[in-house]
Amino acid sequence: MKILVCISHVPDTTSKINFTENDTKFDTNGVQFVINPNDEFGLTRAMWFKEKQGATVDIINVGGPETEPTLRKALAIGADTAIRINTEALDGFQVAKELSAVAKEGNYDLIIAGRESIDYNGGMVPGMLASLLGASFVNTCIGLEVDGDTATAVREIDGGKETVTAKLPLVVGGQKGIVEESDLRIPNMRGIMMARKKPLEVKEPQGASTETSAVSFEKPAPKGDVKLISPDNLDELIDLLHNEAKAI
Amino acid sequence: MSVLVYTESEEGKFKKTAYEVVSYARGIADMMSTTVTAVAVNAEETASLGTYGADKVVHIKSDKLSKFTANAYAAAVTEIAKNEGSKVVVLSSSANAKYLAPLLAVDLEAGYASNVVALPESASPFKVKRTAFTNKAFNHTEISTDVKIIGLSKNSFGLKEAQKDATETSFDPSLDDSQFKVEVQSVDKVKDKVTIADAEIVVSGGRGLKGPENWGMIEEMADILGAATACSKPVSDMGWRPHSEHVGQTGKPVASNLYIAVGISGAIQHLAGINASKTKVVINTDPEAPFFKAADYGIVGDAFEVVPKLNEKLKEFKANNS
Ligand SMILES: Cc1cc2nc3c(=O)[nH]c(=O)nc-3n(C[C@H](O)[C@H](O)[C@H](O)COP(=O)(O)OP(=O)(O)OC[C@H]3O[C@@H](n4cnc5c(N)ncnc54)[C@H](O)[C@@H]3O)c2cc1C
Repeated sequence: MKILVCISHVPDTTSKINFTENDTKFDTNGVQFVINPNDEFGLTRAMWFKEKQGATVDIINVGGPETEPTLRKALAIGADTAIRINTEALDGFQVAKELSAVAKEGNYDLIIAGRESIDYNGGMVPGMLASLLGASFVNTCIGLEVDGDTATAVREIDGGKETVTAKLPLVVGGQKGIVEESDLRIPNMRGIMMARKKPLEVKEPQGASTETSAVSFEKPAPKGDVKLISPDNLDELIDLLHNEAKAI
Repeated sequence: MSVLVYTESEEGKFKKTAYEVVSYARGIADMMSTTVTAVAVNAEETASLGTYGADKVVHIKSDKLSKFTANAYAAAVTEIAKNEGSKVVVLSSSANAKYLAPLLAVDLEAGYASNVVALPESASPFKVKRTAFTNKAFNHTEISTDVKIIGLSKNSFGLKEAQKDATETSFDPSLDDSQFKVEVQSVDKVKDKVTIADAEIVVSGGRGLKGPENWGMIEEMADILGAATACSKPVSDMGWRPHSEHVGQTGKPVASNLYIAVGISGAIQHLAGINASKTKVVINTDPEAPFFKAADYGIVGDAFEVVPKLNEKLKEFKANNS
């Protein structure tokens, strides 16, 4: 089985979010970048396929050279080969389009992306990629098995889950559940050493166009102070929730 | 030209978000001086969409679409959008809508903005405000394609009445097998329980509750308030509660009217996911817990004392106010 895992390079979840250049650019100053958490769950599931069923695992990212440490980390976790499409990721469609060109060439059976990246939260790359490839698509995937040319996947839905079968090639939008938190791997020294020698191929982009652009950013208005209520005066809380917040 | 809005129903009944997306579509239609066409699938009482401004309802009654199959739904909505000549398509932010929207975007060659929180700032250029960085910021996005798709964040617009006719026409989409490559085998849904996605009120517990055996009082509060239950990440990682209850940056987003956090410290990843809730209450023994900076109302106190008392008070309140 040939697996491709899409890796988005995102600010660590604890990052302070600030903007520069008149609020038009994300301020990367002092920000640590990591593998998008949803993608890391998917990558870990890919490693499981590799070890248990036999598979090759390529990883791919659309981005500049600054994303390479993140790709090396994914290689250290155990992916075989990395591909970087050398262009700035501008919107979901452009990224999906660039990915689809390489994915088509590689004839992958399974493509695992994350449900969304935690920076722009677009949530569109996996679905668009599947659609551009004419592949099956399962979003919010929390369970995945492959048998021959058919996958059985569990999809999280509002208020529960559903089990689906899908013909390969398949694209999934993964998230926690596709593997458990405790299954995630921290690269060890050997993995890190080996990752240095693994191929990281840089491909030039197709020059896909965008459909949307993030023109500017703004931070939420600062919140007013919390109203503290004494634990001995819970009637006050109920009164505030009812009359002031109109929440109950 | 009409604004097309995809409405969701469950067992025939429209979800509240269906009325919210119709209200929103009405707002856009008024900006653009056009009409609103709603798409409904196997729904009852389609006339109710008129209350929120639908001029027309295209109703698909199809056994083939009795289960949500994203590709087939995308094909059907695409066909209708083309028939209507729609330039704007509006969807909710439900799991199904987020599954559908990117497929629709490719089919309609439309730019898609998800998690939109307000009416467009301008129609030309078409510019919308959406959340980004998991609620830590907003992002103003311009959509440059001829057709635009908007995924509306739950509870960001609300229901706005605007009575229109909601004339129903039925529609039979042309579907083929290739749209059923993903086949639903079984659906496992909690019955008689409010889901986090639909809930007006969410009661959430953290590690401060010490163990799964102490969730009775959380469930009781949820029962009294008709709320959904949720939890912080470590609580689901330790198996105290199911993963489906994990909320936050790497779990489910919450955009309820009221979020009550019990024994949750308020780590940045937790807050990111629940910040879109309108009113936040925290109950925590530690006055320094970061949640107090994010909450509207706070009680510094021991959950094991406060929550049972609060439940009694809430019961009384409900008895007198229903
Ligand atoms: C990559 C990444 C992603 C993450 N994503 C998420 C996410 O999506 N969602 C999430 O929730 N977390 C997430 N986290 C974890 C997050 O950083 C915190 O560790 C977590 O939210 C803490 O959970 P908690 O508040 O339940 O526990 P704690 O931080 O241990 O807090 C427990 C709180 O309970 C209080 N307490 C103790 N006893 C009582 C009592 N008797 N009565 C009242 N209060 C009491 C304590 O004062 C304390 O404030 C993520 C972390 C990382 C690194």
